Amino acid sequence: MLTKYEILETYKMIHDECLDIRTITMGISLRDCCHPDGEVCRSRIYDKITRCAKDLVKTGQEIEKEYGIPIINKRISVTPIALVAESCEDEDYVAFAHTMEKAANELGVDFIGGFTALVHKGATPGDKKLIASIPEALASTKKVCSSVNAATTKAGINMDIIAQMGRVIKKAAELTADQGGVACAKLVVFANAPEDNPFMAGAFHGIGEPDCVINVGVSGPGVVKCALEKAKGADLGTLAEVIKKTAFKITRMGQLVAQEASKRLNVPFGIVDLSLAPTPAVGDSVAYILEEMGLEKCGTHGTIAALALLNDAVKKGGIMASSYVGGLSGAFIPVSEDAGMIKAVQDGALSIEMLKAMTCVCSVGLDMIAVPGDTPEETISAIIADELAIGAVNNKTTAVRIIPAPGKSAGDTVEFGGLLGTAPVMTVNKYSSSGFINRGGRIPAPVISLRN
Amino acid sequence: MERAVITVLGKDKVGIIAAVSKVLADSNVNILDISQTLMQDLFTMVMLTDITGSNVTFGELADRLDAVGRELALQIKIQHEDIFNSMHRI
Repeated sequence: MLTKYEILETYKMIHDECLDIRTITMGISLRDCCHPDGEVCRSRIYDKITRCAKDLVKTGQEIEKEYGIPIINKRISVTPIALVAESCEDEDYVAFAHTMEKAANELGVDFIGGFTALVHKGATPGDKKLIASIPEALASTKKVCSSVNAATTKAGINMDIIAQMGRVIKKAAELTADQGGVACAKLVVFANAPEDNPFMAGAFHGIGEPDCVINVGVSGPGVVKCALEKAKGADLGTLAEVIKKTAFKITRMGQLVAQEASKRLNVPFGIVDLSLAPTPAVGDSVAYILEEMGLEKCGTHGTIAALALLNDAVKKGGIMASSYVGGLSGAFIPVSEDAGMIKAVQDGALSIEMLKAMTCVCSVGLDMIAVPGDTPEETISAIIADELAIGAVNNKTTAVRIIPAPGKSAGDTVEFGGLLGTAPVMTVNKYSSSGFINRGGRIPAPVISLRN
Repeated sequence: MERAVITVLGKDKVGIIAAVSKVLADSNVNILDISQTLMQDLFTMVMLTDITGSNVTFGELADRLDAVGRELALQIKIQHEDIFNSMHRI
């Protein structure tokens, strides 16, 4: 029998502490949509997505109502479009993004991911066409998300692609200059991209996945912070225990929703992603958790140690709560989406350098970072190269989602709205990296990859 | 048996249980257990119900309770029991 205390604890987590399911993401394989005629290929894609996901939003809403837990987004991820579109003779893949957008609008989902190329070792003609289409594709759609995997531990780092991504990102920002360069908020460059990630902008349906699958991501920084508030003065071992227990409860919720969605949609359950995803809402911030641990501001000395403790405890608590854990599964530190991070940048406590260092102990990388609009493309490429090197060498996922905000300089802010939040424009190192980036080529796989 | 938990939070006043019970009776939902406390002026009630025989959908029942909640200026939420079990029981 449940106790009243337990019932009220759950109630409080949901209503006062911002506990929610961030997303139910349906992964859909488009490998059976290939066709030499681009028009036919796109119509097959549209038909398959709208067929598989026709009940996704309705089912999400039903679960939301029955369990009384908010499900913020319903999303779709598809097979990397470069793999599918390559079968046709089109030179430009923007029309594929429009097909994705049309399907997403028809279904009422919030985002659709998978305008993607996997090019960690090299690019095929289809990959090249897709990457060239990214700026226009993202600028002319609202829900389509794009990702490029440019490095893996096994293959090394594809510096030719990273050099090109600097230009792609600048172009995407210019095409959406009137909206603060928002196209870049839908574009991620990865090292070791996971195939089952439910979170945007990096979600795609990997080639090792089944035809259709349900993945779920939870969000609960507010709950963790509130739990820590009750442990004032306790030592760090005790804090780790508190976080573990809280993460367990949060993840059980994700597991329940994933199972229910999978059962009702008759689609296999893939994974629960253990990441703590913040939202711009006050009180739903990863930075505030770190500050609750005793740091005056997120970004000061000690931040990495605090984040390491948090990230590890979240995994340890979450892993037993779910039968299948996957995706990114780490603390997210997207600057513009986290009220505490924004404040820390504005107060001069948090820099790009510290954020890079933080990604050594958590999953996601430099996320939702706005930099001055006149940042050279080589500098953007070099920031990506640094971050992807951390991922490739440490055998973990890292990513960069960076926005060179047109017309803005350090200290300004850019408003994206909704879950994307408000980005303070951060200072970048003024010295050039162009000599290094323009060399091109591929950084060989690190020795850690030779495990056989 | 399919069970749901109803939580009512707000300022105490006459007729809260009556109003909630009426919605449940009209919807053919059986009350299994009620527990309530008053902390200062804050009224907290947790009600365990059997919704197996309910003559309305879960969504409709939630909407009806929500409407009563708005009338009485209270927060009334109904949630499937599974969410509490999954969170608090291994």
